Amino acid sequence: MASSPWEVVIGLEVHAQLLTKSKMFCSCRAQYLGLPPNSNTCPVCLGLPGALPVINAEGVRLTLRTALALNCEIPEFTKFDRKNYFYPDLPKGYQISQYDLPLSRNGWLEFEVEGRKVRGGITRVHLEEDTGTLHHSGEIQSSTFSLVDLNRAGVPLMEIVGEPDLRTPAEARGYLVALRQLLTYIGVNDGNMEEGSLRCDANISLRPVGTEALGVKVEVKNMNSFRSVQRALEHELGRQREVLDEGGRLPQETRGWSELEQRTVSQRSKEEAQEYRYFPEPDLPPLLISRAHVDEIRADLPELPTARRARFQSQYGLPEEQALLLTGRPADSSYFEEVVARGVTPQLAANWQLGDLQGLCNGANLEVETCKISPVAFSDLLRMVQSQEATAKVAKEVLGRAFASGEEPAQLIHQEGLGQVSDAKEITVMVERALEQNRQAAADYKAGQDRALDRLVGAVMAMSKGRANAAMVNQLLRERLPRAGG
Amino acid sequence: MQDGDGVPRAGSIALAELAHVSSLARLGLTAPELAKLAAQLELIVAAVGKLSGADISSVEATAQVGGLRNVTRADEVEDGLTAEQALSNAPVQAAGFLRVPAIQ
Amino acid sequence: MSLLEEPIRELGRRLRDGEISALELTEEALTRIEQLDGKLGAFLRTTPESARAAAMAADQRLRQDPAGSPILCGIPVAYKDVLCTAGVETTAGSQILRGFVPPYSATVVDRLSALGVVPLGKLNCDEFAMGSSNENSAYQATVNPWDQERVAGGSSGGSAVAAAARLACVTLGSDTGGSVRLPASFSGVVGVKPTYGRVSRYGLIAFASSLDQVGPLAKTVEDAALVMTAIAGHDARDSTSVAAPVDGFLGDLRSGVRGLRLGIPREYLEVGLDAQVRAVFEESVRTLEALGATTQEITLPTTEYALSAYYVIAPAEVSSNLARMDGVRFGPGAPDATTLRQAYEEARHRGFGEEVRRRVTLGTYALSSGYYDAYYLQAQKVRTLVAQDFDRAFAEVDAIISPTAPTTAFRLGERTDDPLAMYATDILTLPANLAGISGISVPAGFAAGLPVGLQVLGPYLGEATCFRVAQSFEDAVGVWRHMPPLAVAAS
Repeated sequence: MASSPWEVVIGLEVHAQLLTKSKMFCSCRAQYLGLPPNSNTCPVCLGLPGALPVINAEGVRLTLRTALALNCEIPEFTKFDRKNYFYPDLPKGYQISQYDLPLSRNGWLEFEVEGRKVRGGITRVHLEEDTGTLHHSGEIQSSTFSLVDLNRAGVPLMEIVGEPDLRTPAEARGYLVALRQLLTYIGVNDGNMEEGSLRCDANISLRPVGTEALGVKVEVKNMNSFRSVQRALEHELGRQREVLDEGGRLPQETRGWSELEQRTVSQRSKEEAQEYRYFPEPDLPPLLISRAHVDEIRADLPELPTARRARFQSQYGLPEEQALLLTGRPADSSYFEEVVARGVTPQLAANWQLGDLQGLCNGANLEVETCKISPVAFSDLLRMVQSQEATAKVAKEVLGRAFASGEEPAQLIHQEGLGQVSDAKEITVMVERALEQNRQAAADYKAGQDRALDRLVGAVMAMSKGRANAAMVNQLLRERLPRAGG
Repeated sequence: MQDGDGVPRAGSIALAELAHVSSLARLGLTAPELAKLAAQLELIVAAVGKLSGADISSVEATAQVGGLRNVTRADEVEDGLTAEQALSNAPVQAAGFLRVPAIQ
Repeated sequence: MSLLEEPIRELGRRLRDGEISALELTEEALTRIEQLDGKLGAFLRTTPESARAAAMAADQRLRQDPAGSPILCGIPVAYKDVLCTAGVETTAGSQILRGFVPPYSATVVDRLSALGVVPLGKLNCDEFAMGSSNENSAYQATVNPWDQERVAGGSSGGSAVAAAARLACVTLGSDTGGSVRLPASFSGVVGVKPTYGRVSRYGLIAFASSLDQVGPLAKTVEDAALVMTAIAGHDARDSTSVAAPVDGFLGDLRSGVRGLRLGIPREYLEVGLDAQVRAVFEESVRTLEALGATTQEITLPTTEYALSAYYVIAPAEVSSNLARMDGVRFGPGAPDATTLRQAYEEARHRGFGEEVRRRVTLGTYALSSGYYDAYYLQAQKVRTLVAQDFDRAFAEVDAIISPTAPTTAFRLGERTDDPLAMYATDILTLPANLAGISGISVPAGFAAGLPVGLQVLGPYLGEATCFRVAQSFEDAVGVWRHMPPLAVAAS
């Protein structure tokens, strides 16, 4: 197909719940999952007459931290505003948000997509409160009533508005992956898109290549995973391109992604465009942010993903791919560092964590930090492998058992006498027996079949229940089975 | 910020405009009510239009008197209302939820 | 003479000496309410059971530790129905809150309860505190105790009348554009508007967030000052409350006015004052001068814009504050509605009275696209100028005096069809709300059988000065000691 005359322009709007203990404007719990409906409210977040909001200082701090991690400018003066509209999940009939003087502006996020470095501009990061949740009877289009739960109303929500700098759905996904990683790294958000603590809406438009003016913008909502973001945008850009190629016009609208139907559906409601009538929130005095305070928060910034990845390569000598994998989640990297700190060589730790342990975790739908193998237990086991006290094979098996039972792997080895056998006499006895019991293999090997050695090694391993020192076995076998010509 | 057209229009609040306002505020005003209100609002708006006479382009707006700044609280959890208390005044509930007609 | 004619200190003495009990005092109040309030309409509801229980608890406390009990222990009080009272219906004078029983109490209510007061019930007011005559209550009328064909003043009409007719020792109202001072003036009692931020608004059903303050109404200045001392002070639940120390309301009370400079705003005397009101005011000025104060004319040039600014800011803020009245979490709602929009519109159309609908419409209009800059922003700038006018004035004078209202109580129905005329009732009181400064109305006399109030305005956080001037004036003139008989007689 000829190259498209259309350039794709994408900007993402991400809402991230903050990891505070309490809600943004009241002292109710900020964690609401699994609670009975409407059991996590107070007069303030319930929007009762007479109730008043009070700013959660931690919400502000975490937003400033995010803004700094995203290279944003922090103003000296910022305030909250009321965004007025009616909706059942909005008890006050307005949302306390920020309009013209947000907590930060003009930053960027750098990330890699398909080997390219991309920089996505950040228009602003501001702070607001989350709404309650709505449950519809049946499908939203045809339900007769809705059920409202206000447990989530008032949870601190950070809105990160990205510039329309992204040019492909893959870039959009890359941006989102990088952003989520950053947010989890700096401890402001748990990165959970499925449970809704991290949400993403996209604005996508097409324009003729080489032009500057933005085309008609379509807002796409209801994308609940990285993959659906990419898919939804791919679908949408295809849909838009078709219309435009035929000379049609696109209405400016909001469309929802249907995971079921794998397409976007217009959510154009009969309502006119919302008019929010923003005005400064009279119940909350504005905030003055001193440069000293900004410096303090900047100094407190934890190590960011790119820096950590580079450090893992330089400090631990790990190859880029492993460094990437280990630093993808902050919990993975802390786990690794704890293991290494207890005396395991980095390469060994990396191989085992990314290989065996991660494999076990994947199978059980767990993460390394939530599985039964603590970094201490893991390091104890790996040190035994390192010191040849246990063979890799035994260690793997024991790891699998301990993963399921919660016992300490190193202890199991000691208790059950599974330690590596490296005693020359014992190895000799086993090798000689193996040779006796597998004369064909011995003959095959001497005749030149290298593979036959494996069978002999295997026999020794079986005999020793995997405990024989593999190197010694190998060496002894070769000595006993001289081949013609070496 | 909203674009101001700068000049409050006295005596010319269109009924359609008022109907729009009534809709935004979910007041459900009837046509006769809108008409009566339009007449009254025009007078008020004219009176309020005096404001444009004040030469204050360089004056700062006061959103709040008292000059308070940086009023915040520590991130602590306190007990709130029980679900029973929260729902105690709700006219229509179902299984612990508040119930409203469908969003259309 | 009823016990309720006595000031709080005297009642306090008798309670401590065992001459009377709090229960007795409460019963007397409840009896008076029964006898008089049918014609006055001050109370929306009384809570006799809990009042008696509170009185008995107060009596126990007084018996156990007479010297250590707070001065307000055992004193009957009542609250404007815009103040949330846990377990007691709170309607703000509106149908949309019919049956609303708050699960929490306003901070001011809690503070007074902790001191052992006896709450008698909830007082009538203009719906959501919007009005100058108390004719906008969705429930009942409250009439002037001196002439039942006339208004009590609003929006804290019930609070003023209850204090005036000695149905409670002291009441709480709220003042957004004059809603404590004005009915105090019309009904012949003392009414205080604290400096914005002095008294917590937590639990006060919001009208205009940047203008509202809770204030006491009482028969004497000292009674009002005692209650102010009890309710004022920083509240962590109200981010607009100030941390200024609460003192001096009582300490300076009897320092007299000798050497104080009192300013009389030229513009306030030009607003079309009733001749008799002017006469009473001029007499008041002479009284204060005789007491040793000096008076001088001052100018507050932006007064002409203040009314306009107020009638943009207040409606704008209330249009947003009343959005939560949607019939979903409280109020009668609209259970038969089949669509969401219908549910909202029915609940709000049925639930809100005409004045509320008018102001919500005006406010929504002022904030809407295309009008924000011309109206709301402009009004907030005028507000700055109003505040600056007062700042300049207070550099020259210690307090500002004026009549509280241009007229005495007008007839019921006289201004209800003319919103602008109604709004103009507040012309002398609302500038103080815009600037956030303190103010008090103290009875200055009677004109043709109707009360006239003297307004004393003090600088930001300057209540002590207001109280001092008012106390001096009251000691000299003592209107409260020789009030004409009420128009309603106890049967």
